[in-house]
Amino acid sequence: MPLDLIQEARRQAEVCNACRYCEGYCSVFPALHRERFFSDGDITQLANLCHNCRGCYYACQYTAPHEFDLNLPRALAEVRRESWEDHAWPAPVARLFHTNGTLIAAACVLGFALLFLAIRAIGSAGGEGFYAALSHNAMVAIFAPAFLFPLASLAVSLRRYWKTVGGESIHLSHLTAAFQMVAKMKDLAAGHGDGCNFEEEDRFSHARRYAHQLVMFGFLLCFAATSAGTVLHYIFDLHAPYGIFSLPKLLGIPGGLMLVCGTAWMAKLKLAADRHVGDQSAWGGEMGFILLLFLVATSGLVLPVLGGTDLMPILLALHLGAVLSFFLLTPFTKMAHGFYRLAALIRDAQAKGQAEST
Amino acid sequence: MTSQYDIAVIGGGNAALCAAMTAAESGARVLILETAPKPYRGGNSRHTRNFRCMHSGSLGPLVDDYSEEEYFNDLLKVTAGKTNEPLARLAIRTSEECLPWMEAHGVRFQPSLSGTLSLARTNAFFMGGGKSLVNAYYRTAEGLGIDVIYEAHVTHLELDGDRIARVQYTHEGQDHRIEPKAVIVASGGFQADTDWLTRAWGEPAKNFLIRGTPYNRGVVLADLLDQGVSQVGDPTQCHAVAIDGRAPKFDGGIVTRLDCVPFSIVVNKHAERFYDEGEDVWPKRYAIWGRLVANQPDQVGYVIIDAKSLELFMPSVFPPLKADTLEDLAGQMGLPADRLRTTVEEFNAACGDTSAFHPTELDNVATHGIEPPKTNWARPITEPPFYGYSLRTGVTFTYLGLKVDENARCSTANGPIRNLWAAGETMAGSILGQGYLAGFGMTIGTVFGRIAGREASNYAA
Repeated sequence: MPLDLIQEARRQAEVCNACRYCEGYCSVFPALHRERFFSDGDITQLANLCHNCRGCYYACQYTAPHEFDLNLPRALAEVRRESWEDHAWPAPVARLFHTNGTLIAAACVLGFALLFLAIRAIGSAGGEGFYAALSHNAMVAIFAPAFLFPLASLAVSLRRYWKTVGGESIHLSHLTAAFQMVAKMKDLAAGHGDGCNFEEEDRFSHARRYAHQLVMFGFLLCFAATSAGTVLHYIFDLHAPYGIFSLPKLLGIPGGLMLVCGTAWMAKLKLAADRHVGDQSAWGGEMGFILLLFLVATSGLVLPVLGGTDLMPILLALHLGAVLSFFLLTPFTKMAHGFYRLAALIRDAQAKGQAEST
Repeated sequence: MTSQYDIAVIGGGNAALCAAMTAAESGARVLILETAPKPYRGGNSRHTRNFRCMHSGSLGPLVDDYSEEEYFNDLLKVTAGKTNEPLARLAIRTSEECLPWMEAHGVRFQPSLSGTLSLARTNAFFMGGGKSLVNAYYRTAEGLGIDVIYEAHVTHLELDGDRIARVQYTHEGQDHRIEPKAVIVASGGFQADTDWLTRAWGEPAKNFLIRGTPYNRGVVLADLLDQGVSQVGDPTQCHAVAIDGRAPKFDGGIVTRLDCVPFSIVVNKHAERFYDEGEDVWPKRYAIWGRLVANQPDQVGYVIIDAKSLELFMPSVFPPLKADTLEDLAGQMGLPADRLRTTVEEFNAACGDTSAFHPTELDNVATHGIEPPKTNWARPITEPPFYGYSLRTGVTFTYLGLKVDENARCSTANGPIRNLWAAGETMAGSILGQGYLAGFGMTIGTVFGRIAGREASNYAA
């Protein structure tokens, strides 16, 4: 990692540690104030605890034009993105995609083309519904590795991260604490619960927090829908297409709608936000990722509606192509943040516990 | 020309905003003339962090009780009795109702910050600090229809008999004159005007650092005093603390403070001690050290600690100088090395049993047989590496100001001025004759800001 980003974040953290006015906002400051000197690992951990809510930036008496020139959300965002690039496996792929929305779009087009060719070349092998366009076995042959590879990659990345931040053995209480923070997205609520400063300078709002939870829970519902389909297929021998009152649909439709609304809202907020309070170089990559997720959700919702028409094979290729690129890019795009944030929150729960017991 | 505004508020910090919001809520049309550009709006309030508040029972973030008597006694101690009791008691008594009012106007509080537990009962901390309070008030003010002009430099308030007839200000190179029905002055002290400070203090003032906003130059204060508006306070009195000598000339704020004095010896440029470093816990002593340092040659002091004390105090923004020997440290600090060694050796020899050392309480671990003594936390300076900080006088705000009555109204020798009120640091000298009580500036600003807003809007209605 280029030392200057870490060094700049450390310089700012030392000013924050002498001030402490922001202690009540989020997880970053209590963690910061537990240290007196900041190792590179400490700075990386602080960076991954920061959710870019910007409360500290707008409250700061030392932002430019002040000579101390503090912009902690930005400094931490830059270190954070660098840490995702450095800890990724393989790292060079992450360096391509985190900052480049165009490449994400290109990967998506490639996924679409691949699926389109597969549909043309392999075809149905006599299946029904979507399997009339592409056989179940072909889908599994494509998606099983596309699902397993990112998991393996993330496992390597998180191991590396855990080593960097000096993580120790994990107890149930650490997990409970971390998952509670994620479920409520408390770090986007600020200590007073009024939300964060994102779309209009210092005005507090819950918009980003709600948009984020729509995306996160929408995604989890869609994931649950796919899992339910897999279980139905292999264990109960019930094959797609599933009816509207089936588990995959009952989970997938609300999940898809939440994803569509959440990603659209998030993109809108991102357009309104002041870019210089974040990692400007990653803006395109982040936006590309949000739009990819939007495409996955939208195409997934439209598919069943137009499933009986001639458009179906094209739409299917579009949806599956988007899903394929989404899966494969997970360790190398903003999607990875969820895993690092969770790891950081688990580490924070550990460190808090240690501080309290000493 | 008549003004479209009932009330002009001069200044854009806590007191000004409290006055403006109170007046606007009573239906007055209010204009705020803030001399700073928007990023620096809010005067010294930008650098504040808490509000000292009387209360019985828990209130917001505050625990237990803090009675009027206890509060007033705390004030008597720091001012050595130099206060105006009716005004002081008014500020103290009204502080309790201010806290919920502040919350209703957008301020959010947080539990006492780490390192400030001793204030958890008496001082309510703003979440995010003073700038977040200022931001919240500007948002609320905007919602109330208050207009704000930044970089509006008020040059003259025209006193005509017993009323202010006109307000003159410049903005974007243009002169403007308005005739509001009432005027509230909340534009702080004069500490950022080094020439004025030098007239009061003499040459030493040139070595002072200004902890807060560079925009409080006392222009309006001087203009009013020149026209015979009644003044209060001594021009050399101010809230001044000893801060890191490397701090910027202006606007260094909280991060330049040093909390290490109780665990140190402090010497002047001749490497001689000059005051009991362990007289009391730091929150009760930090405000006297500004003057102590101001009275030393070149207005500079040097703090010396050794390795065992390094982590006993809050980190500050600049790392300490560090050396393996006292001579080396003296060299880095420009102190006479042999004299420093003698001072430290004399001090060390005067230290006794240190087994009762307790960093957060008065521990009576004292020296014997040296002048000045160190009456608490006196441990010999023996364990390398040795660390040093330079100290300079950091002025927060000056106390010479406008004399007000219990309605925050200004006057001349001939009696009250019908339409002029003052609030905040510009009149705090009415209550603070000397010394300072942490968080009391915001109390005075909030209480008298609201009074001024109420009185001015009644007058203008």
